[in-house]
Amino acid sequence: MSAATTHAEQAEHDSHGIEIPHASYRDYTIGFVLSVILTAIPFALVMTGALSPAVTGVTILGLAVVQIVVHMVYFLHMSPKAEGGWSITSLIFTIIVVGIMLSGSLWVMSHLNTNMMPQAHEEMSQIP
Amino acid sequence: MSSTTLPAGNDKPVYYEIDEHPHPEGHSTLLGFWIYLMSDCLIFAILFACYAVLGGNFAAGPGPKDLFDLNLIALNTAMLLFSSLTYGLAMIAMQNRNLRHVQMWLAVTGLFGAAFLAIELYEFSHLIHIGATPQRSAFLSAFFTLVGTHGLHVTFGLVWLVTLIVQLGRHGLNPANQRRVACLSLFWHFLDVIWIGVFTFVYLMGML
Repeated sequence: MSAATTHAEQAEHDSHGIEIPHASYRDYTIGFVLSVILTAIPFALVMTGALSPAVTGVTILGLAVVQIVVHMVYFLHMSPKAEGGWSITSLIFTIIVVGIMLSGSLWVMSHLNTNMMPQAHEEMSQIP
Repeated sequence: MSSTTLPAGNDKPVYYEIDEHPHPEGHSTLLGFWIYLMSDCLIFAILFACYAVLGGNFAAGPGPKDLFDLNLIALNTAMLLFSSLTYGLAMIAMQNRNLRHVQMWLAVTGLFGAAFLAIELYEFSHLIHIGATPQRSAFLSAFFTLVGTHGLHVTFGLVWLVTLIVQLGRHGLNPANQRRVACLSLFWHFLDVIWIGVFTFVYLMGML
């Protein structure tokens, strides 16, 4: 009974103030260190050319996705519970729209590129 | 006010709230700002798509390998990452109700942001000086539009930052200012997220 009451009071209290996500040294330190590592690795891979271009490309794209997630969690304090779930809902919606748009654009435009009229190289170099 | 509906049988009556609850000022600002950021995300996604489609059309002009200097980009990335950390420190100072520290960390964030912008402007002026202008090729048009739009966001972020430092000096850490600091925090970290996409997709992939 008492637990239920405190919970209700807590909810009441929260709904009257402005909810600013709680920030902590721990979060920002973890986020920063991970970001530095996840930035340093792709730069090192490309600058030294240690791996083949194809492997490097896939690796740095993967690391970028991981770093974006790290930023979302530790810097933007994204969690399924933030703003009663509406933040994550709008984020997922945006990711879906962006995914459809990016893959759709690349797909359609690569087909159009294939159907373009072939142009001689000399002609191309005349274009200012 | 509540209204009562009596269900059939001897069940307990069910109560419905028919009046709207009072909403404190600015209670939905952070969510609204987040949704704005999501729409901004779509703008950048379109520019990334343009770059992905046009990025290979050099029109017999210079390509990424002739133009980009990765050392400069690494320095730029470091500036933006440091500014994200110092903004975090400003947020923590705001939790501790320490006005001086909030202003100090916001100022440090502004300096890192200005350094980022200065390096980017130097890069752009260098490119334009050697003839790699946006008019040169579709690749360069897409490049300048994408990276320039990000730079423009950082510029407006800086304007907001300076305004906020002045506001904090005048009115202190009142609820409205706390809300603004929290919104700018979202904006600033969001720009860093976009920059991850830019340095990976445009600069690093371009050098492969």
